[in-house]
Amino acid sequence: MSPDAGSMAESVRLTVNGAAVTVSAPPMTRLSTVLRDHLGMTGTKVGCDAGDCGACTVLLDGQQVCACLVPLTQAQGRDVATVEGLAAEGKLSALQHAFHLHGAAQCGICTPGMLMAAADLLSRIERPTEAEVMDGLGGVLCRCTGYRKIVEAVLAVPALDKGAALPEPPGAGVAVGASMPRADGLPKITGEDRFAADAAPSDALWLRVVRSPYPAARFALGDMEPLLRAYPGLKRVIQARDIPGENGFGIYPHLKDQPVLAEGMVRYRGEAVLALVGARETVEAIRDEELPIEWEVSQPLHGVAAALAPDADRLHDHAEENVLIEGYVESGDTRAAFAEAAVVAEGDWETAYVEHAYIEPEAGYAERIGDRVEVTACTQAPYMDRDEVARVIGLPPESVRILPSACGGGFGGKLDVSLQPILGVAAWLLKQPVRCVYSRVESMASSTKRHPAQMSAAAAADGGGKLTALRFSGDFDTGAYASWGPTVAGRVPVHATGPYRIPNVTASARAVHTNGPPSGAFRGFGVPQAAIAHEALMDDLAEKSRIDPLEFRHRNALRAGDVTATGQRLEHSVGLAACLEALRPAWQDLRGAAESFNAGSARLRKGVGVGCMWYGIGNTSMSNPSTLRLKLGRNGHLTLFNGAVDIGQGSTSVILQIAADALGLPVSAFRLVLGDTDRTPDAGKTSASRQTFVSGRAAELAARDLRAKILRLANAGPDAALELAQDRLLIHDGEGTHAISLGTLSEDLIGEGRFDPPTEPLDAKGQGIPYATYGFAAQVAALTVDHELGTVQLERIVAAHDVGRAINPMLVEGQIHGGIAQGIGLALMEEYLPGRTENLHDYLIPTFGDVPQIDIHLIEDREPLGPFGAKGIGEPALVPTAPAILGAIRQATGARITRLPALPHRVLAAIQAARHG
Amino acid sequence: MLAGGTDVFPAKANDAAWGRGREEPVLDLSAIPELRGIAQDPQGFRIAAAVTWSELLAADLPPDFDALRLAAREVGGRQIQNRGTLAGNLCNASPAADGVPPLLCLDAEVELVSLEETRRLPLSTFLLDNRSTALRPDELMSAIFVPRPPAGARSTFLKLGARRYLVISIAMVAAWLRPDADGKVAEARIAVGACSPVAQRLSKLEADLLGSPLDESLAATATPRHLEPLAPIDDVRASAGYRREAALTLVRRALAQLAAKPLGRVA
Repeated sequence: MSPDAGSMAESVRLTVNGAAVTVSAPPMTRLSTVLRDHLGMTGTKVGCDAGDCGACTVLLDGQQVCACLVPLTQAQGRDVATVEGLAAEGKLSALQHAFHLHGAAQCGICTPGMLMAAADLLSRIERPTEAEVMDGLGGVLCRCTGYRKIVEAVLAVPALDKGAALPEPPGAGVAVGASMPRADGLPKITGEDRFAADAAPSDALWLRVVRSPYPAARFALGDMEPLLRAYPGLKRVIQARDIPGENGFGIYPHLKDQPVLAEGMVRYRGEAVLALVGARETVEAIRDEELPIEWEVSQPLHGVAAALAPDADRLHDHAEENVLIEGYVESGDTRAAFAEAAVVAEGDWETAYVEHAYIEPEAGYAERIGDRVEVTACTQAPYMDRDEVARVIGLPPESVRILPSACGGGFGGKLDVSLQPILGVAAWLLKQPVRCVYSRVESMASSTKRHPAQMSAAAAADGGGKLTALRFSGDFDTGAYASWGPTVAGRVPVHATGPYRIPNVTASARAVHTNGPPSGAFRGFGVPQAAIAHEALMDDLAEKSRIDPLEFRHRNALRAGDVTATGQRLEHSVGLAACLEALRPAWQDLRGAAESFNAGSARLRKGVGVGCMWYGIGNTSMSNPSTLRLKLGRNGHLTLFNGAVDIGQGSTSVILQIAADALGLPVSAFRLVLGDTDRTPDAGKTSASRQTFVSGRAAELAARDLRAKILRLANAGPDAALELAQDRLLIHDGEGTHAISLGTLSEDLIGEGRFDPPTEPLDAKGQGIPYATYGFAAQVAALTVDHELGTVQLERIVAAHDVGRAINPMLVEGQIHGGIAQGIGLALMEEYLPGRTENLHDYLIPTFGDVPQIDIHLIEDREPLGPFGAKGIGEPALVPTAPAILGAIRQATGARITRLPALPHRVLAAIQAARHG
Repeated sequence: MLAGGTDVFPAKANDAAWGRGREEPVLDLSAIPELRGIAQDPQGFRIAAAVTWSELLAADLPPDFDALRLAAREVGGRQIQNRGTLAGNLCNASPAADGVPPLLCLDAEVELVSLEETRRLPLSTFLLDNRSTALRPDELMSAIFVPRPPAGARSTFLKLGARRYLVISIAMVAAWLRPDADGKVAEARIAVGACSPVAQRLSKLEADLLGSPLDESLAATATPRHLEPLAPIDDVRASAGYRREAALTLVRRALAQLAAKPLGRVA
């Protein structure tokens, strides 16, 4: 237990889910700790330990409270209800049922808290209104769902037939296109799912990382012996020199620049310096000031301007003038095109560090098993983790096994390793299991962020409103270490044109090292930032051309057969025009309504904006294969070995649906083995919106491979129907039914599929085929701006997304809702400032009341390479939201927001500038 | 001093994250029956120190508590309202404490007890500075007193933040008015929070409002000059200049709201 609990244990009696329990622990022990660590009830999650996120919401005498704020002593004699108590006799409560049916849980980490807040609400108000649901659940944060499906689920509870059974999963051949509840959903709503902090061997030592409080400093370590003598519970202090292998990690093979533990120098606040390993109460009780660290603090480089100054210190040998890398795309003759243009627009934009704010802080444990190490942790990239951990221990990759826990949100933030390498090292050195759980503050201070961007761009059109040229240059603050900086610098110039036909383009993006936290992968890899620039330019050019902003975009939208700035001809699945056409009626209605409203209102002004996007699915001009395997065993078990990690987005369900229909058996026939690097082939990382497209296609190929083998056994035709009955496989075709007794086969039947989307490298001018396919979308945002306060009230978002094919429309909608919520945060409130907003009350993410009604149009312009025509949705969902909001603010007020987030004071200043300008 | 734990535990979490955790003696007040409940007598209302925001919301209190009730709904989420106490909000002495402006408008006093004495201080003298109060080390706050309001008083509260729920104020305003029989302002109390180290009553504005008719002209009484006692700062939530401007807007809106309430409700 935690040392903040006070040393003397007291015996406290309380009731938990109706059962009397006695707990002996220090009186200040948090109730969340009591439930999880003392009673083993890990359904109650810990997201912040500060009452900011509500993940640990339980009922105390029937009232919702944050269990992290209730000391054990105050639970004496009281009645506690947790998520584990919702289902009675193994039967889901109506509330849980509704959550499952409506897709209200994505990653599931906030779900227990949401359920308990909803249980509190429904005990007070039997049939709540939408506003009452929001008020009742408003104390719980969710980063995945955008809240809409949670509201939907709670509103649906009163009408649910109390005894209703869960729906049957879709049968053979009809899984693709079915809005079936998540295949991994039930444990998320019962509290049984095991997230990274939920389990560890009972003899695990505790590891605490000591972090630099300074963004730039040199340090010297003294003798650790006195510390070890003073604290018998402290087993080992690990420092850089103890790392057995290479003390560096990073995404790119040539950029392993981030040390597992710093070597005499730190480059950002939150950087790991030492690891204390021992008894939990000991490593938590040791104060950093007791450690023999001599700091020599230096002047940090804050922001790219400081880092690019001629006299700036160089942060890395690999980055001359602190420029890590520059990406570049050039086509046509930009200079000439601007000279001849009828209309030109230009501007500068600046965005902030954005924190992923997944509700589950990083956690996990490692065990040494002989000469191997196994790491269980939350991750988006098990095979990359395996290779990193192996390298820092000095082992071959096969000697490390990664076992992904349930992942409580990622959004790119769990693509880089966090605690995996140091856990692996500690378990290796100490030959004992070692466990670590980051606190919220530690997670925020140490993990990667979205790149802050400084962008300058200009665009030109001819007299007919046709785009002719675009110039873009951006500096992306990549922070202290390389991480995914090269990916951002490569992706941004390709996407800088937006989803438009522009013959003359010059676009560049630099990733620049500073003393900020490492900027890494965050839903969109720089594209959301670039979209803010190109969409503002579209609004400008539309205005100057006297063309409606949506029509201007429609006129210039990429269509099949068009050539992009990298010289790639898009042959298929270019659904932007269809998206805009789907939005047109809502756009016209909302614009009309705003105009009439504004005619009679000065203080409140309504505005409607539109944003468009495109996004290349998968890695940029790099191989990113997935391999999936299916096994039909002689025992009759049909198993899908799926290495794709479901971080809440739904890949486990979607890949299952694809495999089921490609094989021709119902989803209920499948057993799943997920993520384990010893048992599943490499399905790549959960990033770049690639799992549906790439791993989904690999699943389809694996299933078709298995199906072909089965049909060969029976010599059956391609249209045969399969039926699996225990260990008998029945194959029905025009000739009749063949029965195969699987136990009589000489070996298990294996199907394997590998898919690597076809791309080509980009040359020095960025010409080539960076992606095999692209997602397209457009969103309309309607809002009201308070002209005197600069506050923005969102009223509605209408989204149209070309997803190729919606394998599971409910999950696609969930992705769109969640992406929009993050886009709202990017636009209006999120700004990570090291040392100042490293918690969830100073760093603001959208709450229940900040996400308006969302209407969705799914456009299904089939992608022939994708499984059943599908492509990705994860990142596309977020990209157009902020541009649509900024466009709407501008239409409402004339204010051009050029610095994000558009906090009220910035909006008001922009309104005043527009008025006086 | 521990009641609802809504300030104690977050501070511990932050300290622990930077290796600054320490064991400090904690005095749990939650089991003291004298610290519970809201009582009233002819002089006024006694809100005991352990009364939570939810308990306040559930209590039957006169209309001039509206501002405090509105503030209570804006304190964190329901989880925090069920645990956090008004007294804790005052003792924590954040410049952005949601309870302070409404209680300043109610002319609240705080009761402080020690082994030696029980003393009462006006809230305005209890709050000294950012995170600083007149509470002595040997004292605890036992109650908040609100004098019985004169008949017909009305109040409101406006909070400005960058998101809907769980938000720390950029600025907030509580306004309290008592009209006379002719519908003119007989007494006014206006307080602004999050725009100075301690929330401030705007006494010059209060004086200038006296005798004004409760109509649409009331809001215009407030001018930038009236906000001179404020000392807003630049921080992560807003700029100082914005706070000053927004505070004036909020004051005017609060006055307009109060003026717009039908007089019939007054009696």
